[in-house]
Amino acid sequence: MSDSEVRSRPVSGRRARVVQVAVPLGFLGVFFAWPLVSIFAHSLRADAIGNVLTDPTLQRVAWFTLWQAVLSTILTLVVGLPAAYVVARFDFRGRRAFRAFVTVPFVLPTVVVATAFLAMLRPGGPLAFLHWQRGVAPMLIAHVFFNVAVVVRTVGGFWANLDPRREEAARMLGASRFRAFRHVTLPLLSPSIIAAASIVFLFTFTSFGVALLLSDPGHATLEVEIYRQAVELFDLRTAAALALVQIVAVLAVVFALARAQERRAVAQRLVGGADAARRPRGREKVVVGGVLAATTLFLGGPLAVLVWRSLRIGGHWSLGSYRALGSGASTNTLFVSPWAAVRNSVEFAVIATVIALVVGGLASVAIASRPGGATRSFDAFLMLPLGTSAVTVGFGFLIAFEHAPGSLATSPLLVPIAHAVVAIPFVVRAVVPALRSIDPKLRDAATMLGAGPRRVWREVDLPITARAFAVAAGFCAAVSLGEFGATLFIARPDWPTVPIAIQRFLARPGEINVDQALAMSVVLMFLTAAVVFAIERVRVRDLGEL
Amino acid sequence: MLQIEGAVVQFGDRRVLDGVDLTVDATETIAVLGPSGSGKTTLLRAVAGLQRLDAGTMSWDGEDLGAVAAHERHFGLMFQEYALFPHLDVAGNVEFGLRMTSRDRAAHRRRVDEVLELVGLGGFGTRRVASLSGGEQQRIALARALAVSPRLLMLDEPLGALDRVWRRRLLAEIRAILDRAALPALYVTHDHEEAFAIANRVAIMRDGRVVQVGSPVDVWRAPADAWTATFLGFGPVVAAEVRDGWVRTPWGPILAPAREPAGPVDAVVRPDGARIDESGSIDATIVGSVFTGTHMELAAVAGSGPALTVVTCPTGAPAVGDRVRLSVDPDALLVYPRRAD
Repeated sequence: MSDSEVRSRPVSGRRARVVQVAVPLGFLGVFFAWPLVSIFAHSLRADAIGNVLTDPTLQRVAWFTLWQAVLSTILTLVVGLPAAYVVARFDFRGRRAFRAFVTVPFVLPTVVVATAFLAMLRPGGPLAFLHWQRGVAPMLIAHVFFNVAVVVRTVGGFWANLDPRREEAARMLGASRFRAFRHVTLPLLSPSIIAAASIVFLFTFTSFGVALLLSDPGHATLEVEIYRQAVELFDLRTAAALALVQIVAVLAVVFALARAQERRAVAQRLVGGADAARRPRGREKVVVGGVLAATTLFLGGPLAVLVWRSLRIGGHWSLGSYRALGSGASTNTLFVSPWAAVRNSVEFAVIATVIALVVGGLASVAIASRPGGATRSFDAFLMLPLGTSAVTVGFGFLIAFEHAPGSLATSPLLVPIAHAVVAIPFVVRAVVPALRSIDPKLRDAATMLGAGPRRVWREVDLPITARAFAVAAGFCAAVSLGEFGATLFIARPDWPTVPIAIQRFLARPGEINVDQALAMSVVLMFLTAAVVFAIERVRVRDLGEL
Repeated sequence: MLQIEGAVVQFGDRRVLDGVDLTVDATETIAVLGPSGSGKTTLLRAVAGLQRLDAGTMSWDGEDLGAVAAHERHFGLMFQEYALFPHLDVAGNVEFGLRMTSRDRAAHRRRVDEVLELVGLGGFGTRRVASLSGGEQQRIALARALAVSPRLLMLDEPLGALDRVWRRRLLAEIRAILDRAALPALYVTHDHEEAFAIANRVAIMRDGRVVQVGSPVDVWRAPADAWTATFLGFGPVVAAEVRDGWVRTPWGPILAPAREPAGPVDAVVRPDGARIDESGSIDATIVGSVFTGTHMELAAVAGSGPALTVVTCPTGAPAVGDRVRLSVDPDALLVYPRRAD
């Protein structure tokens, strides 16, 4: 072992370290763990669990939640795998743009997607001829629309790095194109397919916004049922028991899938994506073109229809829906003007982002600077909100802070705090790797040049991780802008966010309300797009400099 | 003046520094020389304040450094792989230390230009760090450390990552810069040629201890023990016996250094010690010959001993297979009491 490899103990900063651990633990303790404990406590009262498990109606809900998630996952794979194949194996003009485009639905707020599908299915929409009402089919299709990006990114990314010569070798040994895929490529891809499928399954299993807005009351997911029990029927015990069932189910799934993935992971030779992708030839051109066109139509169609229909009133082009956002009629539905909802959303997004960056940033510093078992547990605790559905968080807030001291129970601040809870894991995952990548000698060098611990952080760590923080901030803002499940429980009637406003418009009868929902959805879509675009800009500019 | 007394640093149950005593005077350059793992980088980090001592003291001009944080010691440290800030340009790197204590940007710019000039990279201010060659990065690192006029400059294997040609050139440059800056310096290296070339005094480290301190020539003339002699490239070490004013070696008898007590010893011949001499006492056969570009290095076998190195002038050197007589300069025969191990 050479001198420089010997790990040295840092000289200063014990107090800073306590803050780095105490603030995240305190914040998530109060705003994440305590709500979960409250759910526990409620569900244990008066045998709520027993009642829930034996109630045939709720059993049906659980069964429906499971099978719709399985079906959604299978459908997503069916739609996503061809696109993943084309993106991974072929080089064509606009490949990067297509990959970015596929990701768009994934970052869109659920209410926007739900509204877009309603716009397609409503009378006058391009799919009106199907005569579909709200129900299982639109919900499943919306799930696929949302999650195609997961399959294309996860499987496609892996596929692009897979050595194509292995498949060629199988072909040389006499295997047909299909057999080569079935017996060589598919087994190698399976870890990434399982990974993508498990993520899609979790997302659709805990689906709330899409299920609430696109499905019919007879087909409620667990999430929707928790909401209905708690908010419409005021049966907190049943809701809590359902939430507990949901948490246990999600944990079981996460655990099982992690195990499955571990078993399937195969060490294999990967090649750089560049030499694996090639221009399509002959019949391949038809395949590639077909897949691209179909995928683009499927993902772009609903969004285009959403924008188009928001600009049409009574069969004419009109900005009336947008103008009406400021009118008194809408204000009656919302209690405030729709533009106030936009302002609320933006303000909440800013506050949530600041909270998440501070709390997540402090935690990241603690995690990055001290390896070891205690740090790993700390890290795992911070990731828990990722595995907790938004509805669980919102419902937990509802019952935990109902009798909170002071003005906390009715404070509009609870909304951005809940958003921050959901966003903190993203901050940690973005910032920790960036901090770990900093050569510790840079900090030593700054110290030797006269910088104290805080100055070192400001002059070295912060500028070098600025990109990661910017990306994290964009993520937080996007999450906050689109957050629906938790907000629905805790937003005060006079402080709606844009997603809540859209939901309220959709819940009212009348053409004018639907038009308002469409216009608000377009506004929210562009707000989110602006944030995501800003993230991409930061990424590209930084790469350009390096 | 830096004074280190009984410095101990412990990693787990391993003592990386095991009671180091060392003094660095006002304007001298001390080379800390030792193999990797001997604790020299840890010693440097301890002086820098980046590594806490588990025992012992350090003081600067009588002031105890124990309570002085690393960033308040006003010591400069140049890192092995330079550790230049990737997010700053060359001027930003050099200016960094100046910004820590003052806001006078105009003065900073003047000082930056001055030190860039000093290391021979004037006009490099706006270059990106990643665009520099290894040698240029090394000189920027030096400029950055010098810009703040530290009370003590420490250099950790500053030439380690460079190729041979650059090493020679930069060694001379660093020496000149240190002379001009007239500041005390601690120069850590595992290469004895580098240490001898740069330092006023050399401190040899082994297993967390300083085993010898002295001028380069003194250390070279008389390494403290057989291990140090081997580390300096002398060798091989053979078992011998001192009797009647002669050292009985496997090669043959060699006149003993003055006042050497009788008894079993370890003997090493310094590379300059053996020479071809008609009146020498050792019969030898040349078995190998290497022309280094400046002189001829011959391998000579004598008696039952391992091959001896003989350095001669390239012209008229004996050929492989020739029989020659050798003598060994008593001053170049290093004998050490036989150690139990």
